[in-house]
Parts: sequence; structure tokens; C-alpha cells
Amino acid sequence: MTTQTASDDAVLRLTNVRKYFPVKSQGLVNKVVGQVQAVDGLSFSVAPGETLGLVGESGCGKSTAGRTMLRLLDPTDGTIELNGRDITKMSRRELVPLRREAQMIFQDPYNSLNPRHTVGSIISAPFQVQGITPPGGIKSEVQRLMERVGLNPEHYNRYPNEFSGGQRQRIGVARAIALQPKLVVCDEPVSALDVSIQAQVVNLLEDLQQEFGMAYVFIAHDLSVVRHISDRVAVMYLGKVMELADRDVLYSKPLHPYTHALMSAVPIPDPGSSARRERILLTGDLPSPINPPSGCVFRTRCFKAQEQCSVEVPLIREIKVGHYLACHFPEDRAVFGEATEVIHGAGPSEGELSTTGELEDDATHAAEGSQNFIHDEVHEGRNYRPF
Amino acid sequence: MTQGNDLTSSGRFLEVDDLHVSFSTEDGIVQAVDGITFGVERGKTLAIVGESGSGKSVTSLAIMGLFDKRRTTVSGRVMFEGDDLLKLDADDVRKLRGSRMAMIYQDPLSSLHPFYTIAKQLVEAVRVHQKVSKAEARDQCIAMLHKVGIPSPEKRIDSYPHELSGGMRQRVMIAMALINSPDLLIADEPTTALDVTVQAQILDLLRSLQQEFNTAIIMITHDLGVVADVADDVAVMYGGRVVEYGDVNSIFRRPEMPYTLGLLASVPRMDRVRTSRLDPIPGAPPSALKLPKGCVFAPRCSYKSQVPGDVCATDRPELLPAPSGQLVRCHLPGPTRVEISRVKLGELAGDSTAGGAA
Amino acid sequence: MSTSVSVYVLRRVLSMLLMLLLLSLIVFLLFNVLPGDPARLTCGKACTPEIIEANRHRLGLDMPVIAQYWEFLKGLFVGRTYAANSPDPVQCSAPCLGYSFKRHAEVSQLIKDGLPCTMWLALGSFIIWMVVGIGLGVYTALRRGRWQDKSVLGVALIGYSLPSFFIGILAMFFIVIKWHLLPYPRYVPPTEDLSKFLQTMILPWIVLAILYAAFYIRLTRSQMLETLNEDYIRTARSKGLPDRTVIRKHALRAGLTPIVTSAGLDLAGLLGGAVFIEAIFSLPGIGSLALGSVTDSDLPVIVGVTLVAAVFVIVANLVVDVLYAVIDPRVRPS
Ligand SMILES: Nc1ncnc2c1ncn2[C@@H]1O[C@H](COP(=O)(O)OP(=O)(O)OP(=O)(O)O)[C@@H](O)[C@H]1O
Ligand SMILES: Nc1ncnc2c1ncn2[C@@H]1O[C@H](COP(=O)(O)OP(=O)(O)OP(=O)(O)O)[C@@H](O)[C@H]1O
Ligand code: SF4
Ligand code: SF4
Ligand SMILES: [Mg+2]
Ligand SMILES: [Mg+2]
Repeated sequence: MTTQTASDDAVLRLTNVRKYFPVKSQGLVNKVVGQVQAVDGLSFSVAPGETLGLVGESGCGKSTAGRTMLRLLDPTDGTIELNGRDITKMSRRELVPLRREAQMIFQDPYNSLNPRHTVGSIISAPFQVQGITPPGGIKSEVQRLMERVGLNPEHYNRYPNEFSGGQRQRIGVARAIALQPKLVVCDEPVSALDVSIQAQVVNLLEDLQQEFGMAYVFIAHDLSVVRHISDRVAVMYLGKVMELADRDVLYSKPLHPYTHALMSAVPIPDPGSSARRERILLTGDLPSPINPPSGCVFRTRCFKAQEQCSVEVPLIREIKVGHYLACHFPEDRAVFGEATEVIHGAGPSEGELSTTGELEDDATHAAEGSQNFIHDEVHEGRNYRPF
Repeated sequence: MTQGNDLTSSGRFLEVDDLHVSFSTEDGIVQAVDGITFGVERGKTLAIVGESGSGKSVTSLAIMGLFDKRRTTVSGRVMFEGDDLLKLDADDVRKLRGSRMAMIYQDPLSSLHPFYTIAKQLVEAVRVHQKVSKAEARDQCIAMLHKVGIPSPEKRIDSYPHELSGGMRQRVMIAMALINSPDLLIADEPTTALDVTVQAQILDLLRSLQQEFNTAIIMITHDLGVVADVADDVAVMYGGRVVEYGDVNSIFRRPEMPYTLGLLASVPRMDRVRTSRLDPIPGAPPSALKLPKGCVFAPRCSYKSQVPGDVCATDRPELLPAPSGQLVRCHLPGPTRVEISRVKLGELAGDSTAGGAA
Repeated sequence: MSTSVSVYVLRRVLSMLLMLLLLSLIVFLLFNVLPGDPARLTCGKACTPEIIEANRHRLGLDMPVIAQYWEFLKGLFVGRTYAANSPDPVQCSAPCLGYSFKRHAEVSQLIKDGLPCTMWLALGSFIIWMVVGIGLGVYTALRRGRWQDKSVLGVALIGYSLPSFFIGILAMFFIVIKWHLLPYPRYVPPTEDLSKFLQTMILPWIVLAILYAAFYIRLTRSQMLETLNEDYIRTARSKGLPDRTVIRKHALRAGLTPIVTSAGLDLAGLLGGAVFIEAIFSLPGIGSLALGSVTDSDLPVIVGVTLVAAVFVIVANLVVDVLYAVIDPRVRPS
């Protein structure tokens, strides 16, 4: 339906993939009373060597999607193709050789490595599982990998707890790239790391991609990091993709109200910028994925929601080349409007920029349709924010 | 805070002066905080920013007097309206906690008692410090819950913590902290566990409540975006020390300490043209068990060669006023630092924007 | 909430019954493949193979095991008559757990006779060890690392590493036999002679409680320490609550909750009979009954005692789970 490139050389192609978790009742007998619709109709493809970013709030199904696309979870519905082969229904055994082609990196550098195994045995596990002996032997290959990801090869026999968080994540990276897979799904690989370490790991992932030509599915909730590393970005909400587009298109002119809200909520490390930016404050909390809203799942928090949104599901469709959107009433404005850049670049000296409020009456700001956050409105108006 | 304000002046509402905190553990002495100086005024926000393990939480717990006296050595001064909290009787500090100074934490779920309703936990907070009946306290709590934006508070107040969403729980924590209108609120990573959209709500809430109550806020965070958004002043911590301290504009536009520069360079910026590579600080933060002797940042600093001799590795730099107004802990001569900062920020800003060292 | 709790309890009771049924089958099968011929026990000294065979037939022991199990189950509900066609049939009334031909008594009667003694033993020591264990556990947790903590823990470690039959024998030897501090134990129900009862029970109570108390000190201490480190305790402190209140209202309740589990199961375990202690102090409880029946290969009694002990454990499990739901709102079914 919404597979992006027509070319058939996609490393990964998902078509309408769903993953539901049953919810059991606690009555006299355990019967299934509902489904957590963790992933609900995911369709996209990943080209060789590209990075597809997957962003969204906690619980929107990013990890479930990541695990399902590698068949670490069995999909409820839909098809998954890896390098042109349909792996949706393959048995565990049939999948083993395919693990060479697709690997995963996990968020938690503290729990994703077995504390009782040495680094050497952790990184060499993929060779052993696949029964592969690289030229020169496993040990020298593992040490080469360790060196490549920035670990001291002499620490071959150390245990994970002797390493810092950043180093552990490097171990995870080394394990994932050991067999030079075509696809690596990275589930929040830098979220648990300090900023300075985060940048090191991001750079490492980029370098490795250059060197080996792997494709990444990069799952994260940090929109800045996702923008930095991704070629294309998909925005998820309640198990569904709301918008998918090229990175630059998406970040400069997103069409989906949710993408707008998400981006405007990211604080920018530039004092005073919040006064210059248009903030969209979403109201309320994420609805339950067990009982998602009718029509558009975002409508309970959407500032543009109308009658139609509650009755008609906005199907995701390609509205420009390569730009997919699921919304009846797309936005039509920039997140960081030109105005912002004008002020930023040619504005008054920084001293004058320093305090908030000074720019409140700025003409450019007003032209954008200034909105002041009125506290009570956010909590009382359920889904409407005046602009 | 406006420029030219003397950061070392005393007489502000809260003054922390050369605070040291160490713990004795089985592995040895952990020097968690090793020279912290900052202050904050009513109605203003001080952000403490630093990486994991830099001593942010220990600092705040030391101010609140929440440490185990037998395992912890604390020295320095914490002046709270003229009283040194470190010299006060433990019970006097306790009476200040929750009434004059309050704290909220990163994980609102684990910070609320799982067995008690919100009502019980809030009412208790009121009645430690105010002589009011349960019913009166409950009314106060409902009013406060309303203020922090909890819909139908008279019903929600009887929920258990696990029945609320993450954002709601943090609102409850804020309500609990502000219920006795404290003068000082310490928020230790209050939005780190929350989604950006909820984070934006919570930060806005704190801002408006601060205006209403004229509270001094210490906002602890590692997110530079949050700092830029909420802070008046910023203290940058590294290895248990404040390495740079100034008003928010100086810190972001004229940082002088190489570590501050490094932090700013590490984060990808959504508002700027995408750079092809990030510019991380090499290496990893030091262990509090074995802090470097000279400058704590020396093992990772790429400018230490510009300091004559091996001074960075041997001598501990002091936190001294820089000409531009902030306090900096670095051996580099002032003009050199300014030049380094200008060049680096210019690189970061790229061509499309002229932000930073104009 | 209350209807859903009762549905929950009902569901647990049903699954408990199912579990008991399964368990009785397993126990029954297990003991039937063990050595020891029950038919052999039915005839006295002058025994011939013919008599044994005849008895085996009369008692239905030559039926397939499953059929025997069915008879056993039926007996539980409607009672049972052994050797119905013989001149002297043996009657076993309604909750019939079997009949001991060795002791010429219904198993259920034997258990009924032994239960009060075992119950008094278990309850008494339970109270002692809970009071001592929790009290000292909380005390040491609050004085972690100081000398009080270290010395209590040291003593507890000794108590923990000495087997209770060893302490029991020592106590019996010195206190009763050598120094005559207490009379020789002879169990009488408390209703009959309270002081005699107490004189008999005090030693077994203490001896049995030592091991458990040592365990509960350590358990309580570690639970309390863990709880005192919780974020919500820090929150309680930062509200300005006095330390006393923090501990009493916030730490104790959360810290002691997990202890409910082990307490329930330990008590249930003891109700199934404290074999060594009962033997050492000659207490006529379930433990002694079990020990005797094992030495005699008295199969019906073994099966009966095992089942009763299992019922205690399963019921305790249910009680613990329901208690949990009462204490901890998070596990309440919604
Ligand atoms: N094994 C499971 N059983 C039942 N529900 C599950 C299971 N795993 C995930 N879920 C639910 O599915 C939804 C999506 O979860 P998922 O972990 O994929 O989200 P996420 O986007 O990765 O969130 P986060 O950013 O917090 O990691 C959530 O509502 C979650 O509670
Ligand atoms: N009670 C304690 N005993 C021993 N060491 C401690 C104790 N509390 C903190 N530390 C150590 O002190 C140092 C500073 O800890 P602190 O919690 O203040 O860091 P932080 O800056 O808040 O980090 P994070 O961002 O991870 O919260 C760390 O090395 C930590 O391990
Ligand atoms: S379809 Fe309607 S509710 Fe959904 S995002 Fe678009 S405008 Fe909002
Ligand atoms: S004192 Fe030396 S090592 Fe430390 S930041 Fe300055 S130049 Fe770098
Ligand atoms: Mg996830
Ligand atoms: Mg902290």
C-alpha cells in the first residue's frame, strides 16, 4: 500500500504489519477480552544503506515494531520481507541463517549483555551460532571488531560490568555488526547514554554504515538525534505511522499535526528560542492502545480535529513523492519558520535577545499567529487549541 | 538574571558555598561533590547541568539535609535566608523540608508510595506543617491538584499512584511539593522520564506556578534544551565540581570552559542546518572514587596543551570570575578561552545562522 | 472492587480444588509404586501367602491403581467399607482418607488426634519467631553497620547454621534430663492442665523458633533496608515527616509485606508436622504420626498425612494471595 520505493531491492519491506497482544480477563476463566494494538498496520520499506528513523512517544509501538520486523515477535498480520524473501511465516529454524542479514542493538546497555559472559564470547556468539570461522580465526576477528568500535582488544576477557555504559553499547554494536548484516535495527541505542557519549556512539554508527553499507532502522524518541542520523523518518502514534518523509522535508515542513506538536515540544538549546518559536501544547495523555479512539487515533489530542476525524480513519497515502501522510486536514506551515531564522541570523545583538517576552510583539512572530499558552485552557479544552 | 550581577555576592535567598560531600564506601571514599558554589534568588531558576555521576543529585540532597549522617561527610556552607543549613539542628532542617523547601524527583511512580492513595500522601504533607483538620487539608489538596492541572481532582485524589499516567503522577508530585508554598523547589530531572509533549506541559506548569508563588527553583537536568528553556542562571557540573557558572545567555553564547563547549558541541541541533558529523567529547567522565588530581576535565580536554607546563594535570583550577561575567574553572588565560569559544561556536553555527559568538 | 475480589477468590478456590485433585492422584500413584506391601500389613505374625492374597483381594488391593484411586476418592465423600463381604467388615466414615490396618484406626481419626498438638506447637513457635524475627530485623535494619546490628546478625547466623534437631537434643538433655529445670515432656491439651501444657511446650516452641527467627531476622532486615532505599521513602523524608513516622507509616508496611508470603507458607509447612521436634519431645502430633507410619510402611497414613499437609500449603497460598490483594492495591484485580 504505502511501500515507498517501487524497486525490489529493498532490504526490508513491511506490508500492513500488525502486532496485537491479547489482554486476558481476570474472571473465572482467562478469556481474551481485548487486544493491545501495539502495532497496527505498518507499511514501509528500507533501501540498502539507508537509515530510516522511527520516532514517537513512549508506548506508541516502536520497540514492538522493531522486534516484529526481525521476527523476534510473531506478527499478528501482514507480511515482512527481508532481502526479497518473505519471512513472515518462517520457522525459528529457517530464520537462523537469516539472522546473518539482520541484527538488533538494544537500548539498555546494562541489561542487554549477559553479565556472566566475557566480552569476547559475547561478540563471538554470532560466529558460533552461524558456524562461521572468519579467516584468521574467531578471536582475531573479534579483536579486530573490538578495535573497530573503539574498545581495547586486550579487554577480550573482561566482563560487561567492568565497562561503562558507552563502552557496553559499543560491545552491543560490535556484536550486531560482526557478521556484516545488511540491516541493523537499533532500538534507542543512545537513549541511556550521556550526551557526550551519545555523540560518540552516533558517530560510530554512522562510520560503520559508511564502511559496510548497512541499512539502519533507528528507533528513538529524541527527535534531534533522529534527524541527525536518518535519511527518512517515520512518525508513529498509537501503533500507526502518521507521517513518513525524507528527513529534510519532514523536519522543515511536516504536514501532520502530531509531527508539528512533537517538534514544537522539543526544547532547543538556545536561550530565548522558546519565545520565538510557536509552541503547540498537546492536551491530555496518550489514549490506551487497547481501546484506541475511533477514526483518527490522534483526534483526542489534535488541535485540528473536526467531525470527520472521529468517523473516518485517515488512511496513510502518498501525498507528494515520497511523502506519506495519514490526516484529513494537513498542516501547511514550517516548524522553524523562516521568521525564526531571520531573527536568529540578522536579529539584534544577543543581549537584546536574551530575555523572553521582548519578542512577544515582534512582527514576524505575530505574522505566524502568536499563541500564548493559557494554562487552564490546556486542561479544560479537550482537543482544541486556538491559534 | 541580568548581566553584571556579581555571582559571588552573598545575600541571595539560597547560597551554596564550596560544598563538599563524600561517602565512605567499601571501595573507598567517594568524593561525590568536590567544590560547589552557586546561589539562587526568589522567583528565579538556576539550572544545574552535567553528565551522569557529576554530583547533581547529591548536591540537592545535601541542601535538603537528606543524607545518612554516619556515612557522609559534608563541608562548606548552605546559607538559606541567612541560616547555615549544615549547622542547623537535624530537627530544624526537617521542619524546613516540605514547608520552606521542597523537592521533586525524576521517577514519579517510584517516588510515590504504592500502597497509599494520592489523598493520603498529600494530606499527610499538609498536616506535618499545618495545624488543620483532615477535611481542611483535603480541600487544600484538591485545590492544589486543580492548580497543577489534574482534571476532576475531587475524584482523582482517591486514586492510587499506579492508576495515573506518568504526566499525571508528576503533576501530583509537583502538587505535593508546592502544597505548603515553599520558597525553594529543587526539581531533580523532573521531566527526564516523560515524553516531550508531556515535558512541555510540565515545564510550562512549573513556570506558571513559579510566577504565582515566587518560588526559587533549582532545576537539575542533563538536557541542554531544557536548560535554555527554563533557566535564568546555569551551573555546569563535572566530576563533582562546578566548572562554569553564569547567566543562561553567557553559558550558551560565550561559554569559556572547554567542557561546556564540548557539551554544546555534542548535541545535534534541530534548529540548525544538519551537520555531517557530531563533535563528541572524547573519553568518559571520571569515577568519583578516583578523581583526577588537577583539573577533573584534563583527561578529556583537547586544549590542555595550550596551558604551559603540565599544570592541568597537577594543579586544581579555582572557580574564578571571567571578564565576561561568569565564573570559570580553567587554567587557560581568559583571552585564549574567549578565542577558542568564538572559533568553536562559529563552526557549530555553520553558515546559515550567526547565532552564538557574534 | 469487592465483587471482582470475590470473583478472584472464587476462581482461586476452584483452581485450588483442581490442584488438590491432581495432587492426590500424584501422591496416590507415587506411594503405590513404592516398596512395602500394604496387604502384608493386614495380617499378623502367623502369616501365609494365601492369607495375604485373600486379604489383598478383600481390600481391593488387586484392582488396577486407577480403580483404587477412584475408590479412594469416593471414600473421601461417601465413606467406605473395607472387606464388605467378610465376617468382620471395616467401616471408614465419610471423609475417609483410608484405614490403617496397622493401627486399626481410620486415618482421618489419627490425623484429628494429632492435629491439636501440632497446631499448638506451630502456632506457639510462629508467634515467638515472628515477634523476635521482625522485631530484631527492623531493629538491625535501622542500626545497619553498628555494633548492635553486627552482634544480632552474628547470633542469628549461629542459630541459622545449627540444625534444630541438634538444638532440640541438647536442650532436652541439659534442661530436662540433666538439670531437671523442666519436667519430662508429656503432652496434655491446654484445656486440661494449662501449666503442664506450657511446661511441655515451652522448650519445643523455643527450639523450633530459633531457626525460623534467625531466618526472619535476616529476611526482615534485608526487606527493610531495601525499602528504606526506595524513592518513596526519600519523598516521605522530603515532606518533612519525622523519622519515626517515615519508618512506621511508610517503611514498615511496604517492607513487611513480602514477609507475609514466607510467614504463611512456613506456618502451613509446620502444620503438616514438625517431625524431628515432635519426635525429640515426644509430642503426639502429625509429625510423630508421619514418622511412625514411615517406619511401619503404613501406606494409608502416609498418603493421608501428605495430603493434609499439602492442603495446608495450598490453602496458605490462597490466604497469602488474598492478603496481598488486600495490602497492595497494585495487585488488586480491577
Ligand atoms: N509483551 C507485551 N504484552 C502486552 N503488551 C505489550 C507487550 N509489549 C508491549 N506491549 C504494549 O504495546 C505497546 C507498545 O509498546 P512498545 O514497547 O513497543 O512501545 P515503545 O514505542 O517502544 O515505547 P518506549 O518508548 O517506552 O520504549 C505498549 O502499550 C505496551 O504496553
Ligand atoms: N549514597 C551514596 N554512597 C556512595 N556513593 C554515592 C552515593 N550517592 C551517590 N554516590 C556517588 O556519587 C556520585 C554522584 O552521584 P549523583 O547521584 O549526584 O550523580 P548525578 O549527577 O545526579 O547523576 P545522574 O545524572 O545519573 O542522576 C556518583 O559517582 C555516585 O555513584
Ligand atoms: S485526521 Fe483530524 S484528528 Fe487526525 S491528525 Fe488530521 S486533523 Fe487531527
Ligand atoms: S584547566 Fe586545563 S584541562 Fe582543565 S579545562 Fe582548562 S585547559 Fe582543559
Ligand atoms: Mg521501546
Ligand atoms: Mg541524579
